[in-house]
Amino acid sequence: MFKNDLDQTTSKHIPFSVETIRAHFPILHQVVNGNPLVYLDNAATTQKPLTVIEALKTYYSLDNANIHRGAHTLAARATEQYEKTRTTVKEFINAPSSDQVIFTKGTTDSINLVASTFGKTYIGKGDEIIISTMEHHSNIVPWQMLCQSTGAILKIIPISDTGELEMEAFSNILSPKTKLVSIVHVSNALGTVNPMAEIIQKAHAVGAKVLVDGAQSTSHLEVDVQELDCDFLAFSAHKLYGPTGLGVLYGKRDILESMPPYQGGGEMIKEVDFEGTTYNDIPFKFEAGTPNIADVIAFQKALDFILAVGRHNIHAHEQELLQYATEKLSTIKGFVPVGTASEKVSVLSFLIENMHPFDVGVMLDAGGIAVRTGHHCAQPLMKRFNIEGTVRASFAVYNTKNEIDTLYQWISRIAKRKN
Amino acid sequence: MPDITTVQNEIIEEFDILGDDRESTIFYIMELGDKLSPFPEEERIDDNIIKGCQSKVWLATREENGKVYFLADSNTDITKGLISLLIRVLSGRTAEEIISSDLYFIEKIGMGSIIGSQRSNGLTAMIKQMKRFAIAYQAKSKAL
Repeated sequence: MFKNDLDQTTSKHIPFSVETIRAHFPILHQVVNGNPLVYLDNAATTQKPLTVIEALKTYYSLDNANIHRGAHTLAARATEQYEKTRTTVKEFINAPSSDQVIFTKGTTDSINLVASTFGKTYIGKGDEIIISTMEHHSNIVPWQMLCQSTGAILKIIPISDTGELEMEAFSNILSPKTKLVSIVHVSNALGTVNPMAEIIQKAHAVGAKVLVDGAQSTSHLEVDVQELDCDFLAFSAHKLYGPTGLGVLYGKRDILESMPPYQGGGEMIKEVDFEGTTYNDIPFKFEAGTPNIADVIAFQKALDFILAVGRHNIHAHEQELLQYATEKLSTIKGFVPVGTASEKVSVLSFLIENMHPFDVGVMLDAGGIAVRTGHHCAQPLMKRFNIEGTVRASFAVYNTKNEIDTLYQWISRIAKRKN
Repeated sequence: MPDITTVQNEIIEEFDILGDDRESTIFYIMELGDKLSPFPEEERIDDNIIKGCQSKVWLATREENGKVYFLADSNTDITKGLISLLIRVLSGRTAEEIISSDLYFIEKIGMGSIIGSQRSNGLTAMIKQMKRFAIAYQAKSKAL
């Protein structure tokens, strides 16, 4: 039933057909609470193609060994596959070189790494860090903690009622005091695509560095770090059809080389002596301890899948779903969209009048429909809209118009109860 | 007034009729919430908010002729429905009855699978708070 031929087809494009694509995802073919599963919680995490699942099994069945410095065959095989993923990630984001790709635990870990190393070295008392109202908590709290320990100041770019950054306000708070601008590329709660190129250009003009939180953008858009000219890019594998517990931090070479290590331990050293230790080169300087070898190796298959389907195809399909869902659900009495930016990825956040998002979520679950409800780890954003939370449906490459029809039918029924 | 066991068994029977139909069960719980007595605005204070609930829950009590009465509200319909079941079982009982009650109906009606483990924690917090009020009334009456 499931296609397991991606190994043979990675260099080719998979002809775009949702049914063909769905066949690669075993989890989608199940019944939940008496109804076929409709998985619309992709902004939280995406499902995994069989090739990723198989890669994990193969690694532990045949290739498991600790990487680097091993004289034996299994260690060589594991190392080769691990480093191959790094090269693929480099190509995926068009980094100049693969040693600028650091494997982390996830986007949160990547941002904390930058806050703890770059932040503590280059940001001091009175310096300013700019974020925005629509940040995920993981792009707020690390900077608050840094500000508390250094005396730096956090500045916030406000957003409009449609959920777009107020770019004029951004220009006004930018100054030579700004040392870092850390902005979400795509809002997880609203789907808004932010004008990163413009933000980066303006920040660089005052000498500030820019971190792009790419947790939600890398799965929907082609993110080219050289074209963007960002200083850092952070993202997670599990939102890119890959395994959980794995992320990436890309950084510009001179910055990464000038940053102190994040954690001390094995792998990150060149030489250890009780008199002092010299650190390894990038990326290993930032990968202390045995890394998440199995998931890095399996992540290769997730990237192969995306590249085989084609990012432009994925984007086009998701945009079609977004438009279809927005138009269809807007006809329901009591449906209130939250976040209506002109440029969005396939995230539809909404409220049903007179209903708490949690109640809507539980009702949809009865229909086998998985959505996320609540504040989406973006409480300041919810406060901006004066709401407690939203219902969020987020679409991925394997979702269909039929599934949106199911969502529409259930929302209509639920909304009718109160409106 | 029927005893705690009788009321619990009545609830179990009502939910049995709904069977495995999850949608009907949820709608039924929400309807129960709609029927909850209005919550007095003066009681809508931070001290009456139950900690440990994902949604907001307010719980107020009063004692009359040795019986403890509960009033509650929530910002979500499902939680309101769940509180209404607790109130149906526990409100108007003596402190001793409330403290010693074994609320087996919650598991029997399969609440855990419908509301999820996080919400179950909230439900546990509600029960704890109701019992805490009863313990306080009991201590007060013994002191007198």
